[in-house]
Amino acid sequence: MSVSAHEAAKPGKGFRLDLKTAGPLLALILLVVLGYSLNPAFLNEGNVTNILTRSAFIGIIAVGATFVITAGGIDLSVGSMAAFIAGVMIIIMNWAVGAMGASIWTVLLGVGCSLILGIGAGFINGFLTTKAKIEAFIVTLGTMGIYRSLVTYFADGGTLSLNNGAREIYRPVYYDSFLRIPYPVWVFITVAIIGWVLMNRTAFGRYCMAIGSNEQVARYSAIKVDRVRTATYILQGLCVSLATIIYVPRLGSASSATGVLWELEAIAAVIIGGTMLKGGFGRIGGTVIGALILTSIGNILNLTEIISNYLNGAVQGVIIVAAVYLQRGSLSARRKKAE
Amino acid sequence: MSERADLAVPPILSAHRISKSFGDIPVLFSIDFDIRPGEVHAIIGENGAGKSTLIKILSGLEQPTSGTITYQDKTVVLPPNGEAAALGIVVIHQELLLAEHLTVADSIFLGRELKSGFFLRLGEMRDQARAILDTLHVRIDPEARINTLSVADKQMVEIAKAISQDAKVIIMDEPTAVLSVAETTTFFEQIKRLTAQGVAIVFISHKLDEIMELADRVTVLRDGQLIATLGTENLTPDSIAQMMVGRELSNLYPPKHEPDVDAEIMLSVRDLAAPGISGISFDLRRGEILGFAGLIGSGRTAVAEAIVGLTRKSGGSITLRGNAVEFTDVSQSVAAGLAYMTKDRKGRGLLLNVGLQPNLTLMTLRKHLRRGFLDGKSEEQALERAVRRFDIRARDPSVPVGKLSGGNQQKLMLGKTMESEPDIVIMDEPTRGIDVGTKQQIYHIIAALAAEGKAIIVISSEMQEVIGLSHKVLVMRNGRLAGQLEGAEIVEAEIMRYAAGIKQGGNDERISA
Repeated sequence: MSVSAHEAAKPGKGFRLDLKTAGPLLALILLVVLGYSLNPAFLNEGNVTNILTRSAFIGIIAVGATFVITAGGIDLSVGSMAAFIAGVMIIIMNWAVGAMGASIWTVLLGVGCSLILGIGAGFINGFLTTKAKIEAFIVTLGTMGIYRSLVTYFADGGTLSLNNGAREIYRPVYYDSFLRIPYPVWVFITVAIIGWVLMNRTAFGRYCMAIGSNEQVARYSAIKVDRVRTATYILQGLCVSLATIIYVPRLGSASSATGVLWELEAIAAVIIGGTMLKGGFGRIGGTVIGALILTSIGNILNLTEIISNYLNGAVQGVIIVAAVYLQRGSLSARRKKAE
Repeated sequence: MSERADLAVPPILSAHRISKSFGDIPVLFSIDFDIRPGEVHAIIGENGAGKSTLIKILSGLEQPTSGTITYQDKTVVLPPNGEAAALGIVVIHQELLLAEHLTVADSIFLGRELKSGFFLRLGEMRDQARAILDTLHVRIDPEARINTLSVADKQMVEIAKAISQDAKVIIMDEPTAVLSVAETTTFFEQIKRLTAQGVAIVFISHKLDEIMELADRVTVLRDGQLIATLGTENLTPDSIAQMMVGRELSNLYPPKHEPDVDAEIMLSVRDLAAPGISGISFDLRRGEILGFAGLIGSGRTAVAEAIVGLTRKSGGSITLRGNAVEFTDVSQSVAAGLAYMTKDRKGRGLLLNVGLQPNLTLMTLRKHLRRGFLDGKSEEQALERAVRRFDIRARDPSVPVGKLSGGNQQKLMLGKTMESEPDIVIMDEPTRGIDVGTKQQIYHIIAALAAEGKAIIVISSEMQEVIGLSHKVLVMRNGRLAGQLEGAEIVEAEIMRYAAGIKQGGNDERISA
């Protein structure tokens, strides 16, 4: 019977698989067409650049989240972590300006701190889930609260602002372009490419999928499950750090409102992209598209008057649920056919 | 077999000229099958012969492409999704479908709870559950949680559930595959009790001796065709096996080539202790096949897992080719040339939702790296080699492994284990739940590996298998070595005596602890 089962899987497979891979891309194209027909300004160079730049924050974080989720974990702390890192960066840069004046070194110091904090925070999440054996949901719910409240405390309930001198030096990182593409977009592209290679062309990516698919099988297959899992959280922390590095020069400030709900947007981007929330199957390309879809929705609502911009979250919610439903639908149809 | 079902009684459930295709692929061709009240009817065939599809059709889980089902003298279309249970046709699946955290009583009444309005009548369900369990003569507390029960008891809960549903036909998929000898005996008594009450039993099994003992009639399927339905009295295990594979099955076990007396000692274990086991000592030589026999739960798997570092040992020493080793992680034992093949191929051995290639190379991905990146071509070549070497049959290597037959899964797992080029291989139940033709292939592969100079441990609950393969047999009982048998001593009765605790010793010095 099993022999026949895989024979049966054959005819439908190519088409279905294509749909599944191309689904998110198709949705994005539809969205672009819709956006353009509602308001041609949607495809202006300025607006496209804007969408891409805005997507970069969530997109970079979501690339990291793709690894965590593929390996069967979840990280709810990324939004708070971003706010926390931004806050500490600003404090340290302000201190450095006071101590030795504003220079390129101030910014580099801030960037270095951000990377260390991101990697450290990721390691803490990973360590607590793997070694202390606490569920990832609980661990990251805890660290989420901790980081959020720390940044509020540092800002004394208000806003931490970057010293103007440093801001001038740092500003181009967000606002300037190379080959007419803003730097944040370049970072996003680079992170996405590296992420794709890691996921699809290295043992690490394969191990993530194996662990998320069945941890026991991974363990019995000589995979160092704890180490790989921890590495996914560190990678996530690193991505949060990179996102924060390009985010800080945008406003030059951080407050308790920084990065609110980023964790959910990142997870949404991952899921819309076709990665399975229960793990075992990750798609970096899908995640990138997912991030673009989320940003485009907000942008279209801004450009048109049909639906209030205040309903942005509602529209995103509908899209997320619909995306997952469609993926499941095509999967089960495929399974039915195969059986 | 004492009380044969009365052949004059009309069948309670019958299938006429049942065919089934999935897409364009036919899997069953015009099968006739019937079962009478009080009868035990076995369905047997190689993996992929269509047994599971047939029982799915008999229970409504699948609809036939053509043909009819008659139940209680009426032509019926059985409702899907297990609703046929309400009509009295109950399936007990191989993977027992019980919610691990519910109590026994909860499980028996799951989906059919006794209620007063909005509230559950807990006491009544408990009492009824106890009454049903009493009729089965099993001592299971109706308030025990399912996850505290042994597999055998879980199966009894499934049977109790079937009885509570007033089942007229119980269909079982390999009910004894996970039971020990003693549990199987109890299980047979239950079956006889049920048939005496007029319940019809359909069961699938790979164990020919069981079928001879239990079944009134046997239906043999091969490649989706009905080969024969015959009364058991007209059959022998040999004739059944021949009908199954369609050829003569000689040499099920390959000839044994004893390892040299002075062959290098590859693995030496002294006084190994770990959770559930203690005082385990043995040597394994190059070219030797060492059998681990014993009842299920006697600690054989625990020994293997402690050796390879899956569990932490609490005492004793392990020496690999003269070097003391201490593995805390499977990757270390694999690197040292010692590989363990789990018995749980679905839960621990294979990623069921991905294709052949990622499964094959999962343990040895490092071999397929080029400048740090995965080399797909190298992986493909590994798969080609493994498919040839282990005769893995899958038309499309990208099909999820979960869809392969048990035999092909087992061969893939063997391939995966051998990818690490181990010197020492521990195979845990290497032929569980697979058909006799594939078993024979695997036996010959094991013997060939030993002849190549690998040292092999075979853990098996099938005594014939241990006897047919091993140069030396260790029998475990209650987490300890109960005896050691060599050469002509390796016979079923001896192994049984040690396993059941009737006899002790065999290697007194080591077992005294």
